Amino acid sequence: MILQALAFYLFAGITVASAFMVIAARNPVHSVLFLILAFFNSAGLFVLQGAEFLAMILIIVYVGAVAVLFLFVVMMLDINFTELREGFLQYMPVGALIGIILLIELALVLIGWQLSPEALAQGQAPPPEGMTNTHALGGVLYTRYIYLFQGAGLVLLVAMIGAIVLTLRAREGVRRQSAAAQFARRREDAVAIKKVEPRQGV
Amino acid sequence: MEELLREYLPILMFLGVAIGLAGVIVLASLIVARQNPDAEKLSPYECGFEPFGDARKQFDVRFYLVAILFIIFDLEVAFLFPWAVSLGDIGVFGFWSMVVFLGVLTVGFVYEWKKGALEWE
Repeated sequence: MILQALAFYLFAGITVASAFMVIAARNPVHSVLFLILAFFNSAGLFVLQGAEFLAMILIIVYVGAVAVLFLFVVMMLDINFTELREGFLQYMPVGALIGIILLIELALVLIGWQLSPEALAQGQAPPPEGMTNTHALGGVLYTRYIYLFQGAGLVLLVAMIGAIVLTLRAREGVRRQSAAAQFARRREDAVAIKKVEPRQGV
Repeated sequence: MEELLREYLPILMFLGVAIGLAGVIVLASLIVARQNPDAEKLSPYECGFEPFGDARKQFDVRFYLVAILFIIFDLEVAFLFPWAVSLGDIGVFGFWSMVVFLGVLTVGFVYEWKKGALEWE
């Protein structure tokens, strides 16, 4: 039990510290690396809560893919980051407003737990006995929550088409190999035999 | 719950060993090695010269497209794991539910293929 508490404070502490470094780091690439550290520690917190599957998905999807995407975005944007920081105070009110709203929401969650401790137990919904977390999730995701599941599929489809429509464009002057055209070419199309008389030229 | 966490205890130990070892290596080089810092040691010498500009260059947006498409199929595979584990319980309905999901994404895949988004140049 003491070990569990220790692990919790380790993961939670590193998560908060690295989340702070995400916004405090001067180099945006360092920010993304701190974000990855925060993801890893959140995965540890998920494991402590018994949500194994979510922890593994967090590592596979967020660390493996989303963080790479963030790095690409950071590398792709051609912005001068010292210039960007000059407008910091200008955006301060909006950022502060969003921060305050989030703080109020978090406080409401905590107050809700204080007011009715049984609400906390309802939200947890531990997996049935003798069943892993992943198994319990699969038992309801594809049958009971089928509409949400199919909706997730449609969201992914829209994301795919949207990314292609927004970023794909045909490039001019690109020579592409076409195996079909190469094979379809006959000898007669390419080679002609001409009888050349001596001293006549072609 | 307790049993689950006990299974993860070796990972926590590994984590502790890794953090400890990293700390020891850094501290040992700080203590054991001779420290004699000098600005000239870090400056370019002989044929080296100061860099002209920033090393950051703008990436092509096509890398982003590849990453987005990767994430989408990554998520699709993530949905397959619980399905594979619990296929015995959810029956035919669960099976076809996943087939429809895969069908929807296959529509996107065909679009992507035909559009040439998978080709580089």
